[in-house]
Amino acid sequence: MKESGRKQGALSPCAACKLLRRRCAEDCVFAPYFPPDEPHKFASVHKVFGASNVNKMLQELPEHQRRDAVSSMVYEANARVRDPVYGCVGAISSLQQQIHSLQTQLAAAQAEVVHMRMRQFSSSSNTGGAMDMAVDQANMGESLWSC
Amino acid sequence: MPDGFCVYSPCTEKMASSSSYNSPCAACKFLRRKCMPGCIFAPYFPPEEPQKFANVHKIFGASNVTKLLNELPPHQREDAVNSLAYEAEARVRDPVYGCVGAISFLQRQVQRLQKELDAANSDLIHYACSEITTALPAPPGPSSIQSMAPRQRPIDHYDRIGMGNEGGYYEAPAIPTPYNLPWNDNPSGENNAAGGGSNM
Repeated sequence: MKESGRKQGALSPCAACKLLRRRCAEDCVFAPYFPPDEPHKFASVHKVFGASNVNKMLQELPEHQRRDAVSSMVYEANARVRDPVYGCVGAISSLQQQIHSLQTQLAAAQAEVVHMRMRQFSSSSNTGGAMDMAVDQANMGESLWSC
Repeated sequence: MPDGFCVYSPCTEKMASSSSYNSPCAACKFLRRKCMPGCIFAPYFPPEEPQKFANVHKIFGASNVTKLLNELPPHQREDAVNSLAYEAEARVRDPVYGCVGAISFLQRQVQRLQKELDAANSDLIHYACSEITTALPAPPGPSSIQSMAPRQRPIDHYDRIGMGNEGGYYEAPAIPTPYNLPWNDNPSGENNAAGGGSNM
């Protein structure tokens, strides 16, 4: 065990232990997720969340969920470093505005589609397709009269 | 606490001292320390909202929050605290994805809406083209295309729905997210995606 522990120490410590200037133990909780060649990843997470908070959060999760948890924390931490006021909540706000705008445009476009269908059906009924128009109107998902 | 004591807005030292005289802020209560005049947490963590600071403390830690607030001008601190509280609550509710789960959900919603909008616009073009086709007289021969009038805008309705470009398609400007999300699958449940407040 000692031998392997020394071997672990001889290998490059993970980015977390490097930054924290401590020995990278064999069972280091950070090592699988913060490789030594990506020092910036742990740096931002440490700055925003703190090493002990990250440690606690990872310890509370089953192993198979830790990688995703680290990825999301890195994302949040980087967003917070770039935007100290809003962090990734700024992105949420922007996306919600975009969704609202798209919903408005979609409603307008769909209303226009219904309008165009009605025009087409009314013009085809003038050429003798009155029964077809009645059937198609019944099938239309959206009625012009139901406001 | 009487309404006159405003401890919710970024306040002056006077307000903070009023707050500490009456009751320590939620942060100092949680940390079991004296709430001093000028306490940096007092304007943003009123004693009536203990959970707010509890979450922020759990996820970010008091000293990180102090450092972050000290680096910001006072007029930005309230928004910063609110966004931290939002992120902390989201992380407490979803320890794996936090509010990144909400971003993922919203991005998928944007993609879905954009697809639907494209389909509706495509339908409109289809109808417009068929109207043009029925409105035009039958061409005498293949060379008739050359002798047609200059290309005109299909129909007025494009102006009505705000589509001004030549191609007839409208694309909502993409909101660039700072980083690519490393996963495409559903996060731990498509739940409470934008819960916790949409107005920042």
